[in-house]
Order: sequence, then C-alpha cells, then structure tokens
Amino acid sequence: MSDLTLAPNIAGADDFYAELLATHEGLSKSDSDALNARLVLVLANHIGDRAILTQALAAAALKSEE
Amino acid sequence: MNKIFEIPLYAYERSPDQDADTPVRRKVVVVGAGPIGLGAAIDFAQQGIEVVVLDDNDKVSFGSRAVCYAKRPLEILDRLGCGKPMVDKGVEWNIGKVFFDERQVYQFDLLPEDGHEFPAFINLQQYYFEEYMVNRVRELQAAGAPIEIRGNNKVLKVEEKGDHAAILVDTPEGQYDLEAEWLIACDGATSPIRGMMGLDFVGRIFEDNFLIADVIMDAEFPTERWFWFDPPFNKGQSALLHKQPDGVWRIDLQLGWDIDKEEEKKPENVIPRLKAMLGDDVEFELEWVSIYTFQCRRMETFRKGRVLFAGDAAHQVSPFGARGANSGLQDTDNLVWKMKLIFDGIADESLLDSYDYERIYGADENIMNSSRSTDFITPKSDMSRVLRDAVLDLSEVHEFARPLVNSGRLSVPCTYDGSPLNSADALLDGPARTRPGSPCPDVPLGDDFLLPKLGDKFTLLTIDAEAPESIEESGVTVTRLALSTKNDPTQMLKERFLGDAESGVYLIRPDQHVAARRPSFDENLIRAAIRRAIGKE
Ligand SMILES: Cc1cc2nc3c(=O)[nH]c(=O)nc-3n(C[C@H](O)[C@H](O)[C@H](O)COP(=O)(O)OP(=O)(O)OC[C@H]3O[C@@H](n4cnc5c(N)ncnc54)[C@H](O)[C@@H]3O)c2cc1C
Repeated sequence: MSDLTLAPNIAGADDFYAELLATHEGLSKSDSDALNARLVLVLANHIGDRAILTQALAAAALKSEE
Repeated sequence: MNKIFEIPLYAYERSPDQDADTPVRRKVVVVGAGPIGLGAAIDFAQQGIEVVVLDDNDKVSFGSRAVCYAKRPLEILDRLGCGKPMVDKGVEWNIGKVFFDERQVYQFDLLPEDGHEFPAFINLQQYYFEEYMVNRVRELQAAGAPIEIRGNNKVLKVEEKGDHAAILVDTPEGQYDLEAEWLIACDGATSPIRGMMGLDFVGRIFEDNFLIADVIMDAEFPTERWFWFDPPFNKGQSALLHKQPDGVWRIDLQLGWDIDKEEEKKPENVIPRLKAMLGDDVEFELEWVSIYTFQCRRMETFRKGRVLFAGDAAHQVSPFGARGANSGLQDTDNLVWKMKLIFDGIADESLLDSYDYERIYGADENIMNSSRSTDFITPKSDMSRVLRDAVLDLSEVHEFARPLVNSGRLSVPCTYDGSPLNSADALLDGPARTRPGSPCPDVPLGDDFLLPKLGDKFTLLTIDAEAPESIEESGVTVTRLALSTKNDPTQMLKERFLGDAESGVYLIRPDQHVAARRPSFDENLIRAAIRRAIGKE
C-alpha cells in the first residue's frame, strides 16, 4: 500500500501558491468556499486511492499518526 | 369510483376462537396485514404451516406510501406466487434526470444488467402491491392452505410466556384471548407490540418534513425519475417526480422543519405548490397527500423469546432508496424457512439467533445507505451544503462527480458476510458476488431462469462438477441441480458463479442465499456445511 506524500512535492511552490490565491481573487466568501469545495473534490478524484484519501483527511485535520 | 384502498378486502367475520372457553392456541400468529405480514403469512401457508393474520383494519394501505420495488423482493414475491402480476402492472424506468437550481445538470441511464427474469425495480402503488398479496392469500385458501386473515382484529396486549405468547384481541363484537406458539410482529413503524413489551427503538430523527402527494394527471412527462436540488419552485429544498401506473405521479417536496403540518396538508396550500412545480396549465387531481418526518432506527434485537419482529416494526429507514418494504420482505424470507426447520424438529430454536444476526446486519446496511442519501439531499450544516452544491455544480461539467450525487441509492440485498451459517469460502477464484452469504443472482437457462429452479428448498448447485443427486443430513434433504457451462450460451452462469474457477459446487439455502461453495464435491465437507447452515455446527 502506498502512503500519502507529506514531504515537499510541488516544484515551484511559490508559483502554485500564487495561482491558488489568484483563483480566489475577487470572490466573495461564499464563492471562495464553494471553489475550495470543488477543488477538494477534483483533487480527491485525481488521487482516487481510498487509503490515501483517508490519510489525507487525517493530515488535514492535523491529527498526528499513531 | 371507489379506490381499492377504500374497499374492505378482509372484512371482519366472527371466528370460532372468539367463542372458545379457554384461549385457543395457534401455531403462528402474524400481527399486521401490511406487505411484510402478508409476505410472512403466504410463506408459512406455502410451507403448510397454519397461520392466522390479525389486522386492526380491513383494507390495504391507505394511499400509496411505497412506490419502488427492487429486483430481490420481486424475486421473493415470485416465490410467494405474486411477483408476476406486480411486474405486469408496474411501471419500469431507466432514465433519471438530476436538476440543480434552474438547470438540468445531467441525466443517467441505469442500464440494468441483462440476464435476470425480474427488472431492477418497478414503480407500483403500495395498495396494488398489497391487493395482489391478498389475492394470493385467497388463492391459497381456495387450494385448502391453512391461512386466515382476520380484519378489524386489533391486538391490545401481548405477553411473552416462554413457550407461547398470550394475546388480547379487540373486535367490533368485543374482546377475546388468543395464544400463539409463535408471534410474528409486523405491526409497522409505530409497532404497538414493541411498546406493549417495553422494547426500545433507537436511532436518528431527521428534522425535516416532506410533503408526499400522489396526483392523477394526463401529463406529457416521460417515464423517468426527475430529482431537483434547490429548484426555483421549492427554494433551498428538494423535489422528486416519479411515475406510477394509471397516470398517477408521486411528488415529494421537502418542506423544512418549522412548518405547520395540518396547514400544509390542506388542498388550498398543496395545490399552489404543485402548480408552481408542474406549470399552471397542467390539469391534475389529488389522490392522496401526506406529510412525513423520517427516521432511521432499529430495535436492539429482533427477537424476544416467542415473539419475532419484522419489517418496519423492527427497523425504519428514510424512503430515499426505497428500502422499507424491500428490506422487510427480506426479513421474512430469512425467517420462515428457519421456523419451518424448527417446527419439523430438524433445527433448534437457537437457529433464530442467525435471524437476528443476519437481518440486523441487513438493517444496519440499509440505515447507513438511507442516512447517507438523506444527508446529501437535506444537508444539515453549512459545510455539508457547500460540499453538496460543489458536487452538483461539478456534475454538470465533469463526469467524475456524478457518482457522488446521492438522491437515493437503489435497494440491493445484502451479503451476510460473517454469518454463523456460512462455511468459509473454498472457491477462491470464484466471483465475489456469489461468496458465502450472498443472495444468488439470477441466470438465464434457456427458456427459463435459475431462481425458480432453486425454489424454497436446500439445493446443491453443481456446475461442471459431479455429486450425488440427493443428500440426507441431519434430517435435511438437499437436492442437486446440475448445470454446465457447455450449455451456457450467454456465459452468465460462468461469469456469475465460476469466474476464473473451472467448476463449482454451491450449497444454497431455502432463501436462495449461498451457504457454502467449493470447486468440487466433498461429502464430509458438504455435510458439515449443511449442519452449519441449520445452526448445528
Ligand atoms: C412516503 C413513503 C414512501 C415510501 N416509499 C417506499 C418505497 O418506494 N419502497 C419501499 O420498499 N418502501 C417504501 N416505504 C416504506 C414502506 O411503506 C414500509 O416499509 C412498509 O409499508 C412496511 O411494511 P410493514 O408490513 O412492515 O408495515 P405496515 O405497512 O405499516 O403495516 C403494518 C400493519 O399492522 C397493522 N397494525 C398496527 N397495529 C396493529 C394492532 N395493534 N393490531 C393489529 N394490527 C395492527 C396496521 O393496520 C398495518 O396494516 C415508503 C414509506 C413512506 C411513508
């Protein structure tokens, strides 16, 4: 079984982060929330692997692993 | 014209039991002539077991209630002799459309799997469903079967006495005492018997109300299921339109929690809501209107000594996914053959522990599925609404999001994984769908189908394998059904029962669930599997 990647993995991290902010630029709070929700679903589908998704949910909830 | 649900179908008649000096003891008493009580009674009668049904009124379900019946219950009803008239009358559909706000976000085709005698499901008014079951009871009576329905016999008191249940019954001509060696409580979601016996019924209430209206209209709508999330005519809520036979349409409108139910039910309030949905120029007539709050809950255990609970009395689900009547029929399908073995002195009463295990397993699966649908349809927090709407918005443009849209999942029977009656799976290359505990899927066999050949007896299904024609073990006779993949033009027998295996031997229970499977016949192992399937190992 593969594990969730938690080591740095995005080449051009600053670029990506700027693009993320730009995507939200000018949106109301509720439109931004909706966008984030769609983004989560798009990324989750790309990952697909159920075990990784469970690990990702735990990582996002800032739960430390046993 | 009188509707079928306005006509007494089992009018009160005085029974000699009412004039007996001491209470008469009956073998099996079923309380409730709803779909589940009738299903249980027909099954008992077909097995030659004397059964009396008591119901507190004399008509079928008032208004329709359930409309969707799935394949597995239809197969069970076919075994009970009333599945075919239901399919003939019922409406079949395959196309569903999903709307969000003002747009259709997508449509789907169910593409049901081929090679089954019965459709994936039908829509049919619950009153017809019950009427066909009552017709079957009459047919059995005409053939001399020991089955009786007593209308206007209301159960007032039940006491479990160890080797029987004592029952107090009220009738238009006064009360009488009756005893039952076994009592099957099919008295519905509000089960008075559960209350009389002080048993629990815990779970989750969904704080929402739904207006359910059946309307008769000559409309152009196609035979499709239409589901709306947050439509303009019912802002912030959901709606459903579904076709039933005779030009009757089921409409569900979510109303929210803070409403005045009595007000909302009045035609002067219902009609404008329906006009907003259907358009001003559509002519319709209201057949039945009701307001429901949904709950998902079950009893801690479905058996209390000689009293067994089945159907809504034992478990209740929200209607999204149509699991109420559908799963209740699987309860009695599971129960009756076990009771028959006990009555014949073949199995011990402890076999009924497996009823509890297997049907609680099924109830939990149904409760989980219907809770999930309800959570999607009626989001209970801001974030669950944001996520729900995100799924719907994405589903319009990206196919990946469509499987996440949950407007009710089709009711499918559960596999009794881990049941004490299963033997370990020994057909390791076999398909997962026919592993021990699974209900057998149907397979076309020339002009015929597999399931009617299995019937309601233990069967040894051999596929390209040798075995004796019949085996006697601990009082059970198991008859062989020999099939071959050489005679399987559709390859469905191979696909559904062998997978990558060369041959297979299946021990199948009277409720058509797999008890054991192996690549070939082994007398000792099959005998052990039979003993296990009747609770003796
Ligand atoms: C709006 C709605 C839509 C639904 N849609 C579907 C669907 O599409 N598919 C599906 O499978 N299910 C559906 N259901 C659920 C389905 O209607 C029930 O699961 C089903 O009726 C349960 O059958 P039952 O025999 O257990 O109980 P019931 O049908 O409730 O029957 C109980 C019987 O017991 C009798 N009784 C009660 N108390 C006593 C007493 N003291 N003495 C004697 N008799 C008594 C009652 O008169 C009644 O006849 C729906 C339900 C609702 C409300």
